[in-house]
Amino acid sequence: MDPLVTFCLRMGDTALILGQQTAAWCGHAPVLEEDIAFANMGLDLIGQTQLWYEIAAEAEGKGRTPDDLAFFRTERQFLNAQLVERPNVDFAHALMRQYLFDAWHLPMQEALCESGHEPIRGLAQKSVKEVRYHIDRSRDLIVRLGDGSEESRAKMQGALDALWPYAADLMATDEVEKTLAEQGVLPDLHRVRRAFDAETAATLERATLAIPENGHARTGGRSGIHTETMGYILAEMQSVPRSYPDARW
Amino acid sequence: MYAQLVETGAAETSEKDREFQAKIDRGVRIEANDWMPEGYRKTLIRQISQHAHSEIVGQLPEGNWITRAPSLQRKAILLAKVQDEAGHGLYLYCAAETLGISRDEMTAQLLSGKAKYSSIFNYPTLTWADMGAVGWLVDGAAIMNQVPLQRCSYGPYSRAMIRVCKEESFHQRQGFDVMRQLCQGTEEQKAMAQDALNRWWWPSLMMFGPSDKDSVHSEQSMRWGIKQNTNDELRQKFVDQTVPQAEWLGLTVPDPELKWNEDKGGYDFGEPDWSEFFEVIKGNGPCNKDRLAARNKAWDDGAWYRDGLTAHAEKQKQQIAAE
Repeated sequence: MDPLVTFCLRMGDTALILGQQTAAWCGHAPVLEEDIAFANMGLDLIGQTQLWYEIAAEAEGKGRTPDDLAFFRTERQFLNAQLVERPNVDFAHALMRQYLFDAWHLPMQEALCESGHEPIRGLAQKSVKEVRYHIDRSRDLIVRLGDGSEESRAKMQGALDALWPYAADLMATDEVEKTLAEQGVLPDLHRVRRAFDAETAATLERATLAIPENGHARTGGRSGIHTETMGYILAEMQSVPRSYPDARW
Repeated sequence: MYAQLVETGAAETSEKDREFQAKIDRGVRIEANDWMPEGYRKTLIRQISQHAHSEIVGQLPEGNWITRAPSLQRKAILLAKVQDEAGHGLYLYCAAETLGISRDEMTAQLLSGKAKYSSIFNYPTLTWADMGAVGWLVDGAAIMNQVPLQRCSYGPYSRAMIRVCKEESFHQRQGFDVMRQLCQGTEEQKAMAQDALNRWWWPSLMMFGPSDKDSVHSEQSMRWGIKQNTNDELRQKFVDQTVPQAEWLGLTVPDPELKWNEDKGGYDFGEPDWSEFFEVIKGNGPCNKDRLAARNKAWDDGAWYRDGLTAHAEKQKQQIAAE
């Protein structure tokens, strides 16, 4: 596959699966304000998905639409980072997953604002404003709930322990990113990793949370290797279009 | 209508009460700090909180399809719509708070089952077409009721309604658009749309509440300017507006008695099954227990979150005091 298409799918799939997981909280969050906030982030992510898929579909040139990409690919064809497919165990997991994602997403979008590829640069310049707001919110909650009650601290630490190994998948790179960097499509992604490390170190310390020390990392999503939750997410998300493949909605 | 069978307080006969009534009759808006009869205050608290609860519980039947919406565009629209409903709940709770009740108290009343919410949200959403039918019919019926509430005598409620109505009419158009797409689609899609209309038609008519002759609360509410139209007037208006839309879609309204009446310039239509309505109100609808269980679970599971934020705020306060 064209490296540009692969990269756009990695970004779009990650946004879509997180949007899907985030949106599921609507009506079930701990307070009304969180129902609204999670819906809002879900909307931003689904909007970003559409933009990534448009660039991917255009570059691919096979006449596929963004909806074809979302609803008619299988688990092994999805290239999202494993972090975003981790389940909605509880609201602590949902918040921590969002925060770790945001801590990578903001420097990534900032870097992409300098992309030599015009549509990607345009996408990033639009998205970065939304992403800045997302991390302001999620960082604030990580600090308040980490440095909150004993119970809230334990919940947030539990979520961090469970999810930290998957953060590595957000930053996993291979030949695709290398090729695109040589072409000037992607800027140096090392600085994204450095920004992520600095952001999480400072915030988690303020939150009195400890980063797991075993250095254990889980990767594979970028080449279509997922966790067992992924198949269920797609089964649910794709159920209607796949039941009526000739229909338009 | 998002508030049904709201119990209405009685008017008193003091000088103050007469002045209050005269103010309402002159069309003067009542504001939070103005004197008002206890009956007026209580009626409004009941009505606005019931309306807010309906928005909150109303997230659930449509939220049921967010993860399964069949296109990215439809997913975004549905999510935005459910988010709007949460927002309506928020400003309605704020409007009720101006009358001297807290959001926590209202939430406790909802979760215990003491407070009611609109009967319509106790019906299940079974197919994607229900997202069309709910938007088209349920939001359509809600607008019928809410447009006159923009002129409600109580300022904060009336202003909340102005904002709510703008968004609701957008929702109604979106719902209709889902139906239009289905009706112009495959045979299976069209059948799905007809099935959704069949299931949502009667519950939508019941949203306006029982017939005026059986409605014990209407009269005083109307004198106080809380209610502007009778249940039957609004129901008639809804039927007259909706039947031509169904015809345009090529769908059949599931009422054998439905017939245009030239003399009254409106449709004659059958009587909803009011025994079903009262069963749903009593808690025996298809989803009452599931809806309340979902809200209780969200609240209970979120206790640690709310306590955690409170604990953090307390620490901050102590830190500032110590400095």
